[in-house]
Amino acid sequence: MLNVYLDHAATTPLDPRVLEAMLPYLKENFGNPSSFHSVGKDAKDALDDAREAMAKILHVRADELLFTSGGTESDNLAVLGFCRANQSHGKHLVVTAFEHHAVIEAALHLEKKEGFEVTYLSPDHDGMISLEQVMAAIRPDTIFVSVMYANNEIGTIQPIGEIGNAIQKHRKQNPNTMPCLQPGNFQFPVFHTDACQATGALDLDVEKLHVDLMTINGSKMYGPKGVGALYVRRGVKIQPLQFGGSQEKGIRPGTENVAGIIGMAKALEIAQGERVAESQRLTVLRDMLIAGIRERVPKVRLNGHATKRLPNNVNISFMDIEGEAFILYLDASGIYASTGSACTSTTLDPSHVILALGLPYEVAHGSVRFSLGHATTDADIAYVLDTIPPLVEKLRALSPVRVDPKYYV
Amino acid sequence: MSDYEQAPVVGNKGDVTTKDGGKSWFYTDVVKDHFFNPRNFMHEDANPDDYNAIGKVGSPACGDELRVWMKVDPATEKILDFRWKTFGCGSAIASTSMASLMVTENGGMTLSEARTIKPQHIMDRLGGLPARKFHCSVLCDKALRDAINDFYRRTDQVDKMVVEASRIIDPVSKVTDHDIEEAVLDGATTIEAVQAKTKVGIGNPSVLPAVEELIRFYREKYFGA
Repeated sequence: MLNVYLDHAATTPLDPRVLEAMLPYLKENFGNPSSFHSVGKDAKDALDDAREAMAKILHVRADELLFTSGGTESDNLAVLGFCRANQSHGKHLVVTAFEHHAVIEAALHLEKKEGFEVTYLSPDHDGMISLEQVMAAIRPDTIFVSVMYANNEIGTIQPIGEIGNAIQKHRKQNPNTMPCLQPGNFQFPVFHTDACQATGALDLDVEKLHVDLMTINGSKMYGPKGVGALYVRRGVKIQPLQFGGSQEKGIRPGTENVAGIIGMAKALEIAQGERVAESQRLTVLRDMLIAGIRERVPKVRLNGHATKRLPNNVNISFMDIEGEAFILYLDASGIYASTGSACTSTTLDPSHVILALGLPYEVAHGSVRFSLGHATTDADIAYVLDTIPPLVEKLRALSPVRVDPKYYV
Repeated sequence: MSDYEQAPVVGNKGDVTTKDGGKSWFYTDVVKDHFFNPRNFMHEDANPDDYNAIGKVGSPACGDELRVWMKVDPATEKILDFRWKTFGCGSAIASTSMASLMVTENGGMTLSEARTIKPQHIMDRLGGLPARKFHCSVLCDKALRDAINDFYRRTDQVDKMVVEASRIIDPVSKVTDHDIEEAVLDGATTIEAVQAKTKVGIGNPSVLPAVEELIRFYREKYFGA
């Protein structure tokens, strides 16, 4: 039996080169960057270097990067921190219906508890958001728009550069929609993207993406867990979610996770350096897996656009069976994947992403995500393709459900 | 007595700790055995006419659907054969498999014995289920009672059919599933709205997963979404 980890969208193993870069800061260079002595200064220098290195890759200024505890905190800071700080300019947000929970739940909170209005954009059946759709949702009182770069469940890639460009033009053409009180003549709405899933595969040049806020994290790109960053364009005002010292300009107080940040910077450098070659390799494996499943297993549906998706993402609904049961059968065969079924979530809600595609509950319950990574080989894919058909057949034999053929033909 | 009063047996590592070497797995060894080697499921080529009672519970929309086929000896009212099909997670499959064993072992239970089976009995035989799985996945006792009624209906013994009385969902507020059904029909489709009407789970949040499940079930039943 092989062990095939196909859950890289959940998290990735640490790249040995990242670990190497981190180790000194877990051992001898343990200083607190805020300390006024040589030990502290060493840590501060390393922190600054990491910030500079990341800024260069993202094509931004070092002082535009805030370090956080991960994707969730960065998303929360973007949504809550920005909207609260700018609510005198308008109380309307636009987010997509299939954002990560870190964005959706924050937006829901603003809607339910703080008097904001939120427009949720539904993706089309392929999991795509259109430029026109976003622009049509913008109102004079819209202060914030968030569209994720690549979806974490179905991997579809949104036209962030186009949307960002259009929003910038909209701001120029509508200078009077909202009075602007900030230095830098900044106007609304600002544009945020959650790029956590995109770091290993897509171009992160902020100048090309035309975003004002961008979330990234370490643990999806072979970096450490518990560390992330938020790009905040100069002039964009956000307020803190927690209070304490003056670290990260007081927006994100607390002693910096020095080793984690250094690891994240190294991981970003490697991921962006290798992304073109690695994406080509993974695209071949991805399409091999999709085609293979379609060939060998009847009654399946590929969720999300066939080509406008991450090179490592395969999301398939296996009709008539329930995802958790299937995941456990796969697990027993050494294959580690994830499902949009309600049964694996503590809330007992099936995937909001699959439902947002306009698909019924039973299709969401049967969805399985295979996310490929550095370690994935041809042999792994062949093993998965040999393993899946009898397991599906076994579970289908137990199932009384027959999903309407319109969802898979 | 409510089906929801007993605290489910759970391990403290992962969801349930296996007995074989301390490595934590999501389910117990017994659950695992029944999940990977399900007993008595209805084979594709089986003839439904060989059975004289059928039962059904749930829908794929609420995450689980279960159908059962029973062969009952009309003279003794003993269950001679019990077959099932389940759309659901690991614990749904395992608990149905275990129930099929319980009603047919030792020559088969009588219908009146079978009617007394509660989720807790099935769970005990399985060696426990994760807390969050208990409410949603142990449905086979309901399908079984549905089949028992079906047998009496088919044999014109309508007086022996038992209409399910409403169950108390929250022993603190004494709210029943019927109360929740009424609240949903009155337009309360979220947990907050149902709580505002019924006070269910206030001060007793452990019942909320079951309440949410019911809200979803009734929403699907009456409004199709």
